[in-house]
Amino acid sequence: MILDGKIPSGPLHEKWDKRLAEMKLVNPANKRKHRIIVIGTGLAGASAAASLGELGYTVDVFCFQDSPRRAHSISAQGGINAAKNYPNDGDSIERLFYDTIKGGDFRSREANVYRLAQLSANIIDQCVAQGVPFARDYAGYLTTRSFGGAQVSRTFYARGQTGQQLLLGAYGALSRQIRAGTVTLHPRTEMLDLVIVDGHAKGITVRDLVSGRIDSYAADAVCLASGGYANVFFLTTNSVMSGVTATYRAYKKGAFFANPCFTQIHPTCIPVTGEHQAKLTLMSESLRNDGRVWVPKIKGDKRPANDIPESERDYYLERKYPAFGNLAARDVTSRATKEVCDEGRGVGPGGRGVYLDLGGAIGRLGENTIRERYGNLFEMYERITAEDAYQQPMRIYPAPHYAMGGLWVDYNLESNVRGLFVLGEANFSDHGANRLGASALMQGLADGYFIIPYTIANYLADTKPGVVAPDAPEFKKSCEEVEAFTKRLLAIKGKKTAHEFHRELGKLMWNNVGMSRSEASLKEALKRIPEIRAEFWKNVTVPGSGRELNQELEKAGRVADFLEFAELLTHDALQRDESCGAHFRVEHQTAEGEALRDDKHFSYVSAWEHKGVDKEPELHKEPLVFEHAHLAVRSYK
Amino acid sequence: MNLTLYVWRQKSSKDPGRLVQYEAKDISSDMSFLEMLDVVNEGLIVKGEEPIAFDSDCREGICGMCGQVVNGVPHGPRKKTTLCQLHMRHFKDNDTLYIEPFRAKAFPVIKDLIVDRGAFDKIIQSGGYISVHTGGVPDGNTLLIPKHDADIAMDAAECIGCGACVAACPNGSAMLFTAAKVSHLAMLPQGKIEAARRVCAMTEEMLAQGFGNCSNHYECEAVCPKGIKVKFIAKLNREFIKAQMTGS
Repeated sequence: MILDGKIPSGPLHEKWDKRLAEMKLVNPANKRKHRIIVIGTGLAGASAAASLGELGYTVDVFCFQDSPRRAHSISAQGGINAAKNYPNDGDSIERLFYDTIKGGDFRSREANVYRLAQLSANIIDQCVAQGVPFARDYAGYLTTRSFGGAQVSRTFYARGQTGQQLLLGAYGALSRQIRAGTVTLHPRTEMLDLVIVDGHAKGITVRDLVSGRIDSYAADAVCLASGGYANVFFLTTNSVMSGVTATYRAYKKGAFFANPCFTQIHPTCIPVTGEHQAKLTLMSESLRNDGRVWVPKIKGDKRPANDIPESERDYYLERKYPAFGNLAARDVTSRATKEVCDEGRGVGPGGRGVYLDLGGAIGRLGENTIRERYGNLFEMYERITAEDAYQQPMRIYPAPHYAMGGLWVDYNLESNVRGLFVLGEANFSDHGANRLGASALMQGLADGYFIIPYTIANYLADTKPGVVAPDAPEFKKSCEEVEAFTKRLLAIKGKKTAHEFHRELGKLMWNNVGMSRSEASLKEALKRIPEIRAEFWKNVTVPGSGRELNQELEKAGRVADFLEFAELLTHDALQRDESCGAHFRVEHQTAEGEALRDDKHFSYVSAWEHKGVDKEPELHKEPLVFEHAHLAVRSYK
Repeated sequence: MNLTLYVWRQKSSKDPGRLVQYEAKDISSDMSFLEMLDVVNEGLIVKGEEPIAFDSDCREGICGMCGQVVNGVPHGPRKKTTLCQLHMRHFKDNDTLYIEPFRAKAFPVIKDLIVDRGAFDKIIQSGGYISVHTGGVPDGNTLLIPKHDADIAMDAAECIGCGACVAACPNGSAMLFTAAKVSHLAMLPQGKIEAARRVCAMTEEMLAQGFGNCSNHYECEAVCPKGIKVKFIAKLNREFIKAQMTGS
């Protein structure tokens, strides 16, 4: 099937206005009769639920944490992009659009990216109005910083906690609606199934994580904002509860999964120390603004960093990419880092690390300025490594961080299942094969505040509210299926924990489907994943019962989904026989080792349809049409 | 290193609960405290026992989901450090650790080390925001905010809502938490308009949720993983009195 992204016709800069003008509206008096389910309370989910509640819809919002304020968006450190051009350095909507589409290596949908750039400025204004304490200069104006993949300074920030502050802004707006009674909050509740009635998403089945009760909720539309699936790699920068469960179970019910192989490896994380580790910690990319990345020129140089003279250091990013230097795009930086470590020039335990050195900046700007900009990051680094980064350079190494792929959506953020909308990291649309820094926050909030309120009305205007009641047979069936899944997990009583299976899967994925991928490594993974999955269903052990708070049961369910999803991801990586952005197939590289795109054969979105576990998914394509951006070889040189 | 743990086990809010002894063996000093508990739990699961239930999510000190009392101190012995960021290198071989949930009237135990902090959400819902609708707001730079004020607002806004302040307070007070939000918004021009109404509503809700009052022990500041200062409680009181006197 050729998928239609339902992109409005006309010039790029008029598309969103055109769509706004042609979409239907819901009468204010009728809005409260429409019930909308929102899953997830990160930037996308919280901003969507708050905005829809404000409009007068009846909203149910679900999160599996104890409070909506905990969602993983909170961990974003560096900032949020917006084409404000406050610094007068030549920024514009066009330039943000182009940087983003180039950063995504021309594998994102042009019209979506342009709209994102158009809405970026509104987000900053909205957040300021909410009281988000963005950094200000001495005259009281908003200040910006530079970020990877851009030559202008367009990133707004709140110290090193931008994600936290933006999320708390959205959480405030959401809390206000909860108080007003338009939104009902369901914390500690996990979505385990999507309910489809007559081809339309009409509800979900959830497990109350405290009582263990399995229940269904009916609605007139469902918004999935459940985040990304990077935890398929086990050791990642994602929160430990983050999973693919909500989107994967929607996929199993018929929603197409797009570009699952586009996963981002973040270049600046604290290196791995041992087997016991539950997660990795990211050091904001904004550090690359003032920091210089280097390794010793000589292989196996064991001298402390400060004893290595300037002439014996290889500032490999500056050497390879003189125009962007330490600010080259994330995937480019990650691979260059892997390369120098593969050459045996890595530093720290195990040799999987490089220096991120702010010594020069401290000398130039003074320790106080650096402390002001990055103080909390230095503290975080010291807590984890027991090293003082003011005295010696930090050690960093790439780690899985973000999922550009996600459920397929059209221009209105609606999936191929009618009435199922997908927002934020959970969808696929805006970042192509690689996301630029400070763009995730921008996308989550654009989707939630400024897109879904309009596009969902267009859908709801054609639906009769409340036609499907929670006692419909589809809901009963869904509850029974979820119940059966839970019972099956509890009945195995094997010898290995869900954690062990997750770690085993993660290692396989990192080694075979990680920073670089080959036909052989992918085929091996496709052989191994079903074996691990089969063993899981024979040998996992889940203590306790389903009728109580049972964290092992939760974890086992998420790992079970990863064990199926990993195969889909790998399958997609094998099918996409080109290199683009973060998807690096070793067979396709330039003489200098850069990703070699194949626009002739792969300029499309891969949207996969579930055909059953242990069966090959079916590929549907959405051709990528570039009416405006000129397809170019991405270069940061 | 090897450690002896006494961990609070409680099946549900109705169960009386008790301390149970566990041995944590071969713990690496590079592990975080929660990774140490992960290791203990893995051992329990394989033995067919129920693992210790505890909350955690981001494991990098920002989501505020984790929190336990270690040897009487919420988030353990390190200043300005959440439990997930506390590393085992700060403990010694053969140490004995008593691990309990955050205890307060307003934080009922759900299971083992997990407590219900929904009361914090209720306080925010009562007014911890600026009542702005999505859309129709002015350009961000039309509102000038002196850097000094923006910095103080940010100092207060850093609160992660973990609840350690409540657990440390002999009165089980949520004054530091409430003060942080009240101060963050009252420092900013866009938050001043509703400041009087906000401080009254949030204070009232705080009391209604069963939190105690502040009697200047300053335990909250001592344990706050984000270093939120008690000066914000003074600011809360000032805002409250101001609101009372102007009759708002």
